[in-house]
Amino acid sequence: MAAESNGKSTKIPEIKFTKLFINGNFVDSVSGKTFETIDPRTEQVIARIAEGDKEDIDIAVKAARAAFDHGPWPRLPACERGRIMMKFADLIEENVEELAALDTIDAGKLFAFGKALEIPSAVSTLRYYAGAADKVHGNTLKMSREFQAYTLREPIGVAGIIIPWNFPSIMFFYKVSPALAAGCTMIVKPAEQTPLSALYFAHLAKLAGIPDGVLNVVTGFGPTAGAAISSHMDIDKVDFTGSTEVGRLVMQAAALSNLKSVSLELGGKSPLLIFDDADVDTAADLALFGGFYNKGEICVASSRIFVQEGIHDKIVEKLSEKAKNWVIGDPFDPSTRHGPQVDQNQFKKILGYIEHGKREGAHLLTGGKTHGEKGYYIEPTIFTNVEDHMMIAKDEIFGPVLSVMKFSTIEEAITRANATRYGLAAGIVTKDLNVANTVSRSIRAGVIWINCYTAFSPDCPYGGYKMSGFGRELGMEAMDKYLQVKAVVTPLVNSPWL
Amino acid sequence: MSIESNGKLTHKKMKFVPEIKFTKLFINGQFVDSISGKTFETIDPRTGDVITEVAQGIKEDVDLAVEAARDAFDNGPWPRLPGTQRRSILMKLADLIDENAEELAALDAIDGGKLFHDGKNIDIPSAAETFRYYAGAADKIHGDTLKMSREFQAYTLREPIGVVGHITPWNFPSMMFAMKVGPALAAGCTMIVKPAEQTPLSALYYAHLTKLAGIPDGVVNVVTGYGPIAGAAISSHMDIDKVSFTGSTEVGRLIMKDAAVSNLKQVSLELGGKSPIIIFDDADFDKAVDLALIGSLYNKGEICVAGSRVFVQEGIYDKFVKKLEEKVRSWVVGDPFDADSQQGPQVEKKQFEKILSYIEHGKREGATLLAGGKRFGEKGYYIEPTIFTDVKDDMIIAKEEIFGPVMSVLKFKTMDEVIRRANATKYGLAAGVITENLNIANTVSRSIRAGAIWINCYFAFDRDSPYGGYKMSGFGRDMGMDGLDKYLHVKSVATPIYNTPWL
Repeated sequence: MAAESNGKSTKIPEIKFTKLFINGNFVDSVSGKTFETIDPRTEQVIARIAEGDKEDIDIAVKAARAAFDHGPWPRLPACERGRIMMKFADLIEENVEELAALDTIDAGKLFAFGKALEIPSAVSTLRYYAGAADKVHGNTLKMSREFQAYTLREPIGVAGIIIPWNFPSIMFFYKVSPALAAGCTMIVKPAEQTPLSALYFAHLAKLAGIPDGVLNVVTGFGPTAGAAISSHMDIDKVDFTGSTEVGRLVMQAAALSNLKSVSLELGGKSPLLIFDDADVDTAADLALFGGFYNKGEICVASSRIFVQEGIHDKIVEKLSEKAKNWVIGDPFDPSTRHGPQVDQNQFKKILGYIEHGKREGAHLLTGGKTHGEKGYYIEPTIFTNVEDHMMIAKDEIFGPVLSVMKFSTIEEAITRANATRYGLAAGIVTKDLNVANTVSRSIRAGVIWINCYTAFSPDCPYGGYKMSGFGRELGMEAMDKYLQVKAVVTPLVNSPWL
Repeated sequence: MSIESNGKLTHKKMKFVPEIKFTKLFINGQFVDSISGKTFETIDPRTGDVITEVAQGIKEDVDLAVEAARDAFDNGPWPRLPGTQRRSILMKLADLIDENAEELAALDAIDGGKLFHDGKNIDIPSAAETFRYYAGAADKIHGDTLKMSREFQAYTLREPIGVVGHITPWNFPSMMFAMKVGPALAAGCTMIVKPAEQTPLSALYYAHLTKLAGIPDGVVNVVTGYGPIAGAAISSHMDIDKVSFTGSTEVGRLIMKDAAVSNLKQVSLELGGKSPIIIFDDADFDKAVDLALIGSLYNKGEICVAGSRVFVQEGIYDKFVKKLEEKVRSWVVGDPFDADSQQGPQVEKKQFEKILSYIEHGKREGATLLAGGKRFGEKGYYIEPTIFTDVKDDMIIAKEEIFGPVMSVLKFKTMDEVIRRANATKYGLAAGVITENLNIANTVSRSIRAGAIWINCYFAFDRDSPYGGYKMSGFGRDMGMDGLDKYLHVKSVATPIYNTPWL
């Protein structure tokens, strides 16, 4: 059973921004409607937020379109966009505590991590793209006849950005940063579970000098505001991170409306492969961290742990030991490793999967039930002797539930790791160079971590293979989502060579 | 009215009519009947007669082809070969295409109404060159080493995406085959090609050549059949990793939707256009007229990047229109085997009727009919090269893609005005800019929202030059090194580093 924290809470921030941010102003929704955002520690309402719907999206798109077609942002020298983005980054740093606190009460995220790691990570992503803006290169081409030709990479236009609730700050900047750097304008629709930090970022964007209409934030629900974005006739691109089911709807709506370009970052059932020669302590730490970080609410969670038979029992023993020290409690408490799940929906869904695991005959090593009387807390849960056909081994649970499976040979591990429709990430724990090279080449996933896990970095792209989606976040690759390639060709006359 | 070719569309001029050697589906290295035994007719647009029956693939045939392609990808040699070996085989394929250029050009002529001599001298050699370009790219597919912010070694690999479905159109059956299959093969993918039902013949011949070249069984499969059946089976297949489509905007929508509803396969679309050619007062006058004519009439107007809206600055407008009328009189419409023909028949009856109805719209909407305006001859789907002048932006002929030999000429005053009007379309495929002034060329090329801008030239395609759509003309690029991206996945690999002098 996981250790309890002593339940200390830090001061909760005043909620300063609850309205839609359109064309540089905070405004009520056209309908006047609002919705509640809930604190998952207590199940209480934190605040009422303006609820945007189609009409509000239309107004935001008009503002973004005017800002793109006629405003300064796409026409500035890129280094000036970079300068404004750097100022934006500075302002976020100055307000890091308040922002981390908002994500804590909105999503149950750990306050200490938010303040020391996650918000700074969002900031360094923003700074990375601020520095990339003036390095967007095209190519000069080798024509086979007497022509001068080159490609330009131009901003795609108005982007619709639909972000999830698991990393509200990081996700905001993973998408907004390359879009801003590219010279696009945008409408961000944060998840209805976590609207608070997005509205604060909108306020800071204005203070930083981002012109009105360039960055709009419309809070609201997926089936209304989100759908209005994916089916909008005047949005040039939609970028979505979330569930596979909703990803399908977004892509369909894009097809049926104006064939806007789409990128999707969806679910995963990522494997962590631990070989016999792995260091037991390191491997167990990676497994726990990979599976339980952010209470398991992470798309790249290492939810399937494949352990080679020689080391299996030692690993299981180590996992059981270490899980006991995984402190569950109030996310403001700095000793907590594990806060509440984001909302009641997710809470029930995860508990449902845990019941399945028990019924399907997997062995419950640790955890398996709720924690405390109030809030959406679930104990870090580990099943062993899991078989590949079990639901807990196939479906994405998106909660603190690990499945441990035994394997014999490297070929078998590769086959079983790849036997999923997902393909987001994978981890390999081994000291052997050849095993590392073979397995990293063989797993069909967008990011492979060898002797590490969730090793994100701004210059390192990641994204899905197969039904985990397409398009890449981070790295110079992410700029591609917000740029279009234009070829320009002119005949050459009197040229010494081609 | 244009001069009739001296062949007068009689059978006398139909030289080089090839024997039709391949009429079955090509799956896993074999020519096979469709499972249902069904066939469909392919029509000769010069006469409206049936050329031959071709096997009609339906969902079950696509399933078989996907099984073969999946096995070839997951377990076969093709993706595992060094790029240099894929290169050798692709070079061999290019050689075989060159050796059979006449027969291939003849097939496209009778199947698609394409000019035989252009096919033999331009289209087919260009297809071969496209295979050579991608053959040379196969061993140059680079990833990056990355600058991590902590002590990690990281790099990206670009890996083949897997099994690809190509749905190709009827207007350039050979070039489209090469443009899609070339990069996909170079990348190490395996594929199913569904050529347009109007033009299945050359695709099946290419299938035969791929086998001769040494491409392993299952790597290239060709399933002939109809869009709503075989094509839809591809876009909604649960085991195809990517679909690439060139064709109409309406069908592009269906494909993207199917991809979303099935397995979220990646999609690239190259759709319609209503591309502007903008001619400034200082243009090289004769060249401008020639480019305008070619822009609308090349390949009987059946080209997605047709320069169907010709904007002429007012200073030269009257002179221009007069010269157009003069030059179009010598534009030869006739049998595609006749070496003097510049324009063969439209591909099929449906297109033929659609174009004629747009011409009627143009007349009714009040545009001035400068030339043409009706069918040519009594048999076959020939249409006179047709030019409307005094066209207004809101006319249907100025807004909708006609995909036939119909030009709309519009007058403009200033550069800012023409930029605005040129961009006032949901399409964004190409644009032509004719001027001798450097600054106008730079301003206008930066301002038009389209994927290919041709300055003082038109249709200036080349292997190293990517092209594709902005806006509703689609997304994804064909040709150039960019053309490979569609068939590759980016994979990042990261490992901690210890005891390193620097990051």
